[in-house]
Amino acid sequence: MAEYLIKNGFVYDPVLGIKGDKVDVAVKDGKMVETSALSNPAEIDASGMTVMAGAVDIHAHVAGPKVCVGRNFRPEEKLFRAKPMAGIKRMEGGFSVPTVLKTGYDYARMGFGFVMEAAMPPLYARHVHEEIRDTPIIDEAALPVFGNNWFVLEYLKNHEIENTAAYIAWLLRMTRGFGVKNVNPGGTEAWGWGLNCPTVNDPVPYFDVTPAQIIRGLIEANEYLGLPHCMHVHSNSLGEPGNFTVTLDTLKQAEGIKARNAFGRQQVLHHTHLQFHSYGGESYASKSFESKSKEVIDYVNKQDNITFDLGVVTLDETTTMTADGPFEHHLTELNHLKWVNTDVELETAAGVVPYIYSPKTFIAGAQWAIGLELGLFAKDPMRTFVTTDHPNAGPFIRYPRVYKWLMSKAAREDMLDNVLKYGNTVRDRCYIGEIDREITLFELAQMTRAGPAKALGLEAMFGSLKPGMEGDVAVYPYNPETSEDPEDIELAFSNAQYLIKGGEIVVKEGQIVSNGNKRTFWVNCKVDENPQVERDIAEKFKRYYSVNQGNYEVYAHHYVPNPYVIEVDATQ
Amino acid sequence: MAKMVTDVICPFCGTLCDDLEVSVSDDGTKILDVYNACAIGAEKFLHSQAKDRVTRPRMKQEDGSWKEVSYDEAVEYAAKMLADSRKPLMYGWSSTNCEAQAAGTELGEIVGAVMDNTATVCHGTTLIAVQDVGVPSCTLGEILNRADRIVFWGCNPAHAHPRHMSRYSIFPRGFFTGKGAKGRKMVVVDPRVTDTAKTADIHLQIEQGRDFELLTAFRVAFKGEWLPDFVAGIPKKTIYEVADTMKSGRFGILFFGMGVTQSLSKNHNIDQAICVTRDLNEYTKWNIMPMRGHYNVTGSGQVWGWLHGFPYALDLSRGFARYNPGDTTSNDLLVRDEVDAVFVIGSDPGAHFPNRSVKKIWDLPSVCMDPHLTPTTAVCKLHVPVAFVGVETGGCAYRMDNVPIECRKVVDPPEGMLTDLEFLERVVARVKEMKGA
Amino acid sequence: MATVTLTPTKVPDLRLEADNIKPDVFAGKKAAEIADLHVFIGNTQYMLGEFFEVAGDGGASAAETTIVIDGDVSRVKYIGMKMTDGTVLVKGNADMYVGAWMEGGTITVNGDADAFAGMGMTGGEINVAGNAGNYLGAAYRGDWRGMQGGVIRVGGNAGSDIGTFMRGGEIIVNGNVDVHVGTHQEGGTIIVKGDAKSKVGGQMVEGEIYVFGDIEVMMPGFQHVEDADLEVDGVSGRFACYKGDMGERHPRRKGETIYGKLYLKY
Repeated sequence: MAEYLIKNGFVYDPVLGIKGDKVDVAVKDGKMVETSALSNPAEIDASGMTVMAGAVDIHAHVAGPKVCVGRNFRPEEKLFRAKPMAGIKRMEGGFSVPTVLKTGYDYARMGFGFVMEAAMPPLYARHVHEEIRDTPIIDEAALPVFGNNWFVLEYLKNHEIENTAAYIAWLLRMTRGFGVKNVNPGGTEAWGWGLNCPTVNDPVPYFDVTPAQIIRGLIEANEYLGLPHCMHVHSNSLGEPGNFTVTLDTLKQAEGIKARNAFGRQQVLHHTHLQFHSYGGESYASKSFESKSKEVIDYVNKQDNITFDLGVVTLDETTTMTADGPFEHHLTELNHLKWVNTDVELETAAGVVPYIYSPKTFIAGAQWAIGLELGLFAKDPMRTFVTTDHPNAGPFIRYPRVYKWLMSKAAREDMLDNVLKYGNTVRDRCYIGEIDREITLFELAQMTRAGPAKALGLEAMFGSLKPGMEGDVAVYPYNPETSEDPEDIELAFSNAQYLIKGGEIVVKEGQIVSNGNKRTFWVNCKVDENPQVERDIAEKFKRYYSVNQGNYEVYAHHYVPNPYVIEVDATQ
Repeated sequence: MAKMVTDVICPFCGTLCDDLEVSVSDDGTKILDVYNACAIGAEKFLHSQAKDRVTRPRMKQEDGSWKEVSYDEAVEYAAKMLADSRKPLMYGWSSTNCEAQAAGTELGEIVGAVMDNTATVCHGTTLIAVQDVGVPSCTLGEILNRADRIVFWGCNPAHAHPRHMSRYSIFPRGFFTGKGAKGRKMVVVDPRVTDTAKTADIHLQIEQGRDFELLTAFRVAFKGEWLPDFVAGIPKKTIYEVADTMKSGRFGILFFGMGVTQSLSKNHNIDQAICVTRDLNEYTKWNIMPMRGHYNVTGSGQVWGWLHGFPYALDLSRGFARYNPGDTTSNDLLVRDEVDAVFVIGSDPGAHFPNRSVKKIWDLPSVCMDPHLTPTTAVCKLHVPVAFVGVETGGCAYRMDNVPIECRKVVDPPEGMLTDLEFLERVVARVKEMKGA
Repeated sequence: MATVTLTPTKVPDLRLEADNIKPDVFAGKKAAEIADLHVFIGNTQYMLGEFFEVAGDGGASAAETTIVIDGDVSRVKYIGMKMTDGTVLVKGNADMYVGAWMEGGTITVNGDADAFAGMGMTGGEINVAGNAGNYLGAAYRGDWRGMQGGVIRVGGNAGSDIGTFMRGGEIIVNGNVDVHVGTHQEGGTIIVKGDAKSKVGGQMVEGEIYVFGDIEVMMPGFQHVEDADLEVDGVSGRFACYKGDMGERHPRRKGETIYGKLYLKY
């Protein structure tokens, strides 16, 4: 198979501890190898360029029913923006909700090798997998949602961790899922009646279990199973002024719990898009609203067992979509824009609403600031990951812009002085103006490669150029020795010169040259037989589900034609 | 001795019942009987066994007669027709699986076609309304477990979705709905006294063409504002009462069909119905759901949604995707003489399109993939019979609430017969050769 | 002012897509270059010169460029689409999308214009001497931001769905209109001097609609407020003034609720 030698590049590899040295990097037969293992490689001259392992996105909404309705109900965002088919590339469309082809190609253009679909409604798993399958190049997986699932609510009311674990293992297999996602715990089931659970202590109507019990229970069940990834939570009251207290209550559920797994994962709770959950004040008015990023990060910095991703607002017109159904209703009441809602029997819900984060408003400026503050205050870049909760806070194609803001104080000051209409008010109400820190390229590699790979339990495969890893290598036209303009960061990381994915060149001289050979990752977890859970499942399918149990599993080959299965043995 | 195949999905309507049981002969070749299906679904399975089934492609001759041809010749004709045309219309897609839909889309991209599905004469207007105002909705299981207010507006499930009321919407006893039908109030809005209307608690016999006005009146009533004495033939007292009935429920659902999607106002009817539902969410919990007709028209919309971002009326002719019903929709294209070839699959435009459009299909080079003899196959130049999805081949289909279910293969298709997917893949390969890819 | 005259020489057998026929594109080009511009029939590219005789060169800028189409172009779509300045005169009928997404300049159609004329318009003027089709000055699918500026005048009748999601600008139809006038309107002015059928002002948030003729069926969301003497587009008369759509949401400004206004001439 193919051999590649990437020469002369400035390499950043947190696992190998390389901080910009000129090191040659070798790929053979789909894997990273020692340069000495090559016999006749094709050479890629990376002189004057930055070389890193392929990037890993821990949270993006890129595949599934709510993404699809997001595309279908926004013809206007596709107008005049389409990219025609060319060469091996099929047609691309969309902006904040790109088509699957554009998704794969755009991630490849940014040097990504792995993307986690953030939320999979189990009953719709086949749809998620069809979209994942048709997204070229990038390896993907999906996280089924558990935080409002009737089985989970009933088991965790009585702290039945073993039963919860057995159910999780079963559901991961049924849906070909990867891990435990927990969105607006309890609140989305309350939304089945138009209600919500704003704090971690508000009991779920009829089920009489609290979000705190759900969060802690899912953490414990996750560690009982020893899954590659930890419990991944979007806490209650997303977007609400003053919600930082709910966030801290959520994070505290992880206290005292140690990670237990065979994958190198050291944390037990991953809080996603923390930006939306770090608000102070009582309203969005500039007199009241304020950043609580420092308070939240102080806690995260102290606790070694938490990871998080930023969810940076990029100041675009974008589309919000989340399993936080009540939040989306609240949003449409605020901005009066079109609103999609889907309640999913026994499992979850979703909402979709377009949103404009205008730099002319104070609040969007403050949100922008908070996301960056979290990244800049964080002590450990290996526990801090870059995202925009695509497309909620902004499209994923803006990641390089986020890198620029994190890495350049001047770029941030430019925003505050020249782009944000209320930059001075943002300086007042948020911390951003006081922060001098500039993330380094090495730290960026931690936040976009090594860190997320480790958090996902995939550090043996992704996040580093160490021999034995997957042959995912990105080469960016960025010269750390000579570049002075922060705009170079955004430009370079948006236009990888090369992406080698799984040992195959997919981006060459900035152009997509292959549709790759993407894999769908999922976790097959073995547990002891549990007749109670089996009976509960059979009962609920017979009486409450609208499909038969025999038709629930994603069994047919054509949904996951190229699987990568991670086996977990959780038998006691 | 018969074998029973269970958990079978019915490939007929958007209700997509998945609890059918089909008994097949011991050697697995013949369907003997079908259980749990409605009359229509049962017939779908049983008639697939008809002795006079067309099993090979047929080409129309100069004198109007039909001559049997091989699948290879059929592939050649279809490929050449598509490769040579400047703006072919590839229509239908609703009675086949997602795999075939995706293969067909690849074909449409290569030849620069306009791709359209049966929503164009059915729920396309719903899709337009969703694009304008969104759609608060849910899965069918939410109805059976929670709903206590059900409105059927412009649809007649008793005839068009026969098991809908018993499986999902009126009769089931779910988690929170232990009383079944007794705990639910049913409202039907229909100018006709249909079989569905006869079972309703309230039947509003609306004046035809005035759904938009009546829906608006409900929104006015929610706000307690003044109404004229009659709207759409319904007295205002009734409107205020029904508005209160809707508000007083704890979980309501509004189902709707062609009575509003294809009558005067079309997408505006659905738009306003969605706004009614939206308004109701200020008081209690309400959702709305289209009664999709073909068993996989929804799937076609999803496949095009993830590949191109538009659910129907998809114009790929210029190398990138464009969409605008009224311009890129099948009937407009046909009637305005804007297409030069027609490729039909999984639908029957010959029966469902206006005559003016069907005449154009007769005039143009045309291919129809369909297991049956239909008014469409009658006007096309090439008829390609294929296996029945859900009977003779599996594949994914999406229910009216967008839930994807994998159809099952129950028996083999007739000897040598291809599936939609197999035929389309061959045409794709042949077109690529012709275009020198 | 430089004038480019296009004389149709061939009727397209399908439909011609001519998004290049606009002053912005013709500006700075000689006749021969203009003749080489691309037009499309479906997936096939042609040159403008295959369907038109081209006489005259473009001006130095769009503002200085006039395009005269001397004949029938009822099978040519997108004339004047997205133009920012200059003049287009069609001495015949035009197909869909005349002046769609127009930002400035003037388009005159001596005959009829088909559907989607002035769709998503933000500025400029469109004058149709004959009849206009459906979706006149309407928003593109899914866009809550419809026509935002400019003026559309129709000498004859117009079809259905005029001014959907309108935000600004003016639409004036001399003749009758079909169903759905100003649906979801949130600004701007629509004047119908003939009759309207029904569904006038449905889901209207803000803005103004004037109807001089009859409305067959009124929307139930409109409440009579008062009668007034007004002068509207040069016509004086007594109008019944309605507010609505009372079923829709309405903004509040300076402590007052702002409604859509419907004026019916007595």
